[in-house]
Amino acid sequence: MTTFQARTHTVTLTERLKDATNVALIAILLGIPMIGLHTVDAGGKLMVATRWPWLLAFVATMFFGRLALQFAIDQFKLKRLTRQRTRTLEVATPRPWLKWLGYGLLGFSLVLPIAFSDNRYVVDTATTVLIYVMLGWGLNVVVGLAGLLDLGYVAFYAVGAYSYALLSTQFGWNFWETLPVAGALAALFGILLGWPTLRLRGDYLAIVTLGFGEIIRVILINWTEFSGGPNGIGSIERPSFFGLPFKPDSDDGATFASFFGLEYASEHRVIFLYYLILVLALLTNLFIARLRKLPVGLAWEAVREDEVACKALGMNVTNVKLSAFAIGAMLGGFAGVFFAARQGFISPESFVFSESATILAIVVLGGMGSQFGVVIAASLLVILPELGRDFSEYRMLLFGAAMILIMVWKPGGLISRREPSKVLAGVEK
Amino acid sequence: MGQFIQQLINGLTLGSVYGLIALGYTMVYGIIGMINFAHGDIYMVAAIISVTVITLLAALGISAVPLALMVTLLVVMAFTAVYGWSVERVAYRPLRTAPRLAPLISAIGMSIFLQNMVQLTQGARVKPIADMMPGQFNLFTFDGFTVFLSYTQLMIIVVTVVLLAIFTYIITRTSFGRQQRACEQDQTMTALLGVNVDRTISLTFMLGAALAAIAGVMVTIYYGVVDFAIGFVAGLKAFTAAVLGGIGSLPGAVLGGLIIGMLESFWSAYYSPEYKDVAGFALLILVLMFRPSGLLGRPEVEKV
Repeated sequence: MTTFQARTHTVTLTERLKDATNVALIAILLGIPMIGLHTVDAGGKLMVATRWPWLLAFVATMFFGRLALQFAIDQFKLKRLTRQRTRTLEVATPRPWLKWLGYGLLGFSLVLPIAFSDNRYVVDTATTVLIYVMLGWGLNVVVGLAGLLDLGYVAFYAVGAYSYALLSTQFGWNFWETLPVAGALAALFGILLGWPTLRLRGDYLAIVTLGFGEIIRVILINWTEFSGGPNGIGSIERPSFFGLPFKPDSDDGATFASFFGLEYASEHRVIFLYYLILVLALLTNLFIARLRKLPVGLAWEAVREDEVACKALGMNVTNVKLSAFAIGAMLGGFAGVFFAARQGFISPESFVFSESATILAIVVLGGMGSQFGVVIAASLLVILPELGRDFSEYRMLLFGAAMILIMVWKPGGLISRREPSKVLAGVEK
Repeated sequence: MGQFIQQLINGLTLGSVYGLIALGYTMVYGIIGMINFAHGDIYMVAAIISVTVITLLAALGISAVPLALMVTLLVVMAFTAVYGWSVERVAYRPLRTAPRLAPLISAIGMSIFLQNMVQLTQGARVKPIADMMPGQFNLFTFDGFTVFLSYTQLMIIVVTVVLLAIFTYIITRTSFGRQQRACEQDQTMTALLGVNVDRTISLTFMLGAALAAIAGVMVTIYYGVVDFAIGFVAGLKAFTAAVLGGIGSLPGAVLGGLIIGMLESFWSAYYSPEYKDVAGFALLILVLMFRPSGLLGRPEVEKV
């Protein structure tokens, strides 16, 4: 248990140095087997090589880094201590700026492809962000609202993507025809998985969903006749603009460019896809916002807060959880359809556990239950690795470190507000 | 029949390794009630360190197997325990009072970090070592199929049984074990009774890491190849084993490990190697449906 102790004396330099020395000692122990020593391949046989200067640099960095960090933390605590004396406990204040920031972001996202119409990379990245926003909102229903830990969300994403890929390549279905079917299929999978397992306690549910995600992936890899195996499915039909395909002009039928009398450009499709996912994401947001006001949404939050009380009130807890699971799965399926339509090619490589982990990280980093937090976190988690492409070797290393740091810094998420949508009038929070 | 016994032996060996890793999961889960997602990567770190130590010992000319093995085990356990301690200190301790999902995310972050750290510092290529304990007992011949038990396999199984006994003793009989079980029930109350909760939790992580270290050394010797990515799958299997056996229960972890190991071994031999992972998870789902707290776990009492 961490107890907060008010510092009565200023920390002496000796104490600081001692603390940093301890850190440096640990760093030596951590560094010797990984940095100091390493094995290299010497003619088919391993040899041990040393890198002592690197180790020294690492230990020195840790020593001085700790000194600086500790100093910063002490200053921060001191400041907070003096502030707390003057200010009374802050009651969760409504944050109007958040709403305006939301509108601002919405406006920005509407004009983004116009502002960056000559920069395909930006629009592409923004589309990826929006896919993750949609996935994050879908998972948020399960994790944030209903409080169920799902580590295999990517399975539903895969169900959606493969539904579209198979239906379009085998039966010639188009994007809009597949969308509801794929969503229903994903929801069905959610119910099939949830029905036997939702009685389990939180952490068991986590491992079962994790296992389910792996099962789906293994089946996709190995059932070659069905899914194309590790080679995946290619040349999936791209979505069209109300029947007008994005193709260079040709004799058979009107294309988007010829219908509007435009010069054909491949950017048209990129921009169209961007607006498509934007609309899908906004609809998702609206859908969830409405659901939260309906009895089922309130029931999710009630079950999250106190399952036993809900049972005592005669609620069918399993059905409540199941509905959250199915709706979350359905939204994941929609996102999957869009993903397949956008890529034109899918393979099991896109549906590995790290995807589930990323989506879960988006929900938790954003602050569970917060729609806006998901947007911030999704942008962060997509753009950070993109920015890191220049030093790509360290990209994932820094990504992992950032995940730890953000959690330690803000354990409740970036926008941490987990208050129920409805509270009893007159109850002090 | 011969092949059946052989698969049984192979399955027991594989299951013992899973069991050893699962012990670490179950102990950490027992004390702080959360999944240590980085545990599989601690095991991977141990395997990588053991490659370095074994190569170093060979270069120094220490070739007596018992001596080399003891030195490797002790050195790897020591270094890995430091890693276990650091993981707890950095990714878990600051979040002990945080919402339940926060440490899970920092643990996933830690797992990503460790994997990429090892890839960067030790290289992405598979690391091979020479067989340290060649040789085997030929048990019997049946229909022209000779069933064997290699020295390494025997060692792995014996070590697992001995460690299970030692750790059961530690948890049920010693003062540290009592402190640990007290922390499991109520950390605040335990602290009020004069137990250093931080220290107990740290020590648990170090012990779990040491167990993962032993598993890492054993696997390195058994398979002879190691790379930076082995942690995820092994961790997943071991965690499945821990849940299957009933998380929090030490014999349950080893039992779960053995079941998963044997299932995989038989499934690969008689059905299809591709779907062995599916078999393990399907079994887990089935068991949890009928025994929600695992095979040997105590049913949880919900207090209001």
